[in-house]
Amino acid sequence: MNTEIDLARRKALKAGGGIGLFALFGALGLLRPGMAFADWNKTAFSAKTMDEALTAMGVATPENNAVFIQLTVPEIAENGAIVPVKVASTLLNVEQISILVDKNPNVLAANFIFPAGTESMVTTRVKMGQTCNVVALVKADGKFYRTSKEVKVTAGGCGG
Amino acid sequence: MGNPMKIRAAAKDGVTEVKILMQHEMETGLRKEADGTLVPAWFITEVKAQHLGRTVLEAQFGQSISKNPYLLFRFKGGAVGEKITVSWVDNKGDKREDEAVIGA
Repeated sequence: MNTEIDLARRKALKAGGGIGLFALFGALGLLRPGMAFADWNKTAFSAKTMDEALTAMGVATPENNAVFIQLTVPEIAENGAIVPVKVASTLLNVEQISILVDKNPNVLAANFIFPAGTESMVTTRVKMGQTCNVVALVKADGKFYRTSKEVKVTAGGCGG
Repeated sequence: MGNPMKIRAAAKDGVTEVKILMQHEMETGLRKEADGTLVPAWFITEVKAQHLGRTVLEAQFGQSISKNPYLLFRFKGGAVGEKITVSWVDNKGDKREDEAVIGA
């Protein structure tokens, strides 16, 4: 992870390996999207940039809204491997909350799907490779809203 | 079969708070061993929490979720003594399901 070349090589290796693995599982029937879970959006989870991830998720232009979305992240993360993230929203009819890390090799960290009766709040922990923005994307009544906050990472979470 | 999850659920004022700690390596597929070989991606892709057979939260994870993933959420309903079931699936097709009883 010291040089650009090394990074590019790792990305290439990863992309190739990932596709091979999924193809293999697909062939073996181990990945059944209908398996009582909502479909895991492979394109979105493999996205390398914020734009790619949003496009793959079918989000055109999310409305910036810091009033109705409360994103809680540390200002400084000493350990990029464990960064606590809390997203809550006061919007009505929240269907989905997604957490994205702007400069991670895989931008989309998680999607949460909220059935009626579940409070529109979730707390989890993400890895961060470097200082960048954490984005909270909220889908409510079919519309997307977003807000973001910068987290300064003093030690990366790639473990490389 | 992965390792057991730790699940804590507590009901208060008609709302149940659920905390889940899964045990999983969550390998990104980007990390290298000391000898330079790449550790293949291995991570939980889907998580589902149910209360008496009704889904109360579904999550889809990517590689950016930390090792031993932690989740906290709340849902309306749930009473002391009732069961919460949490299950996950990873990208290798491994599965795990654990139960917990709602406490006070």
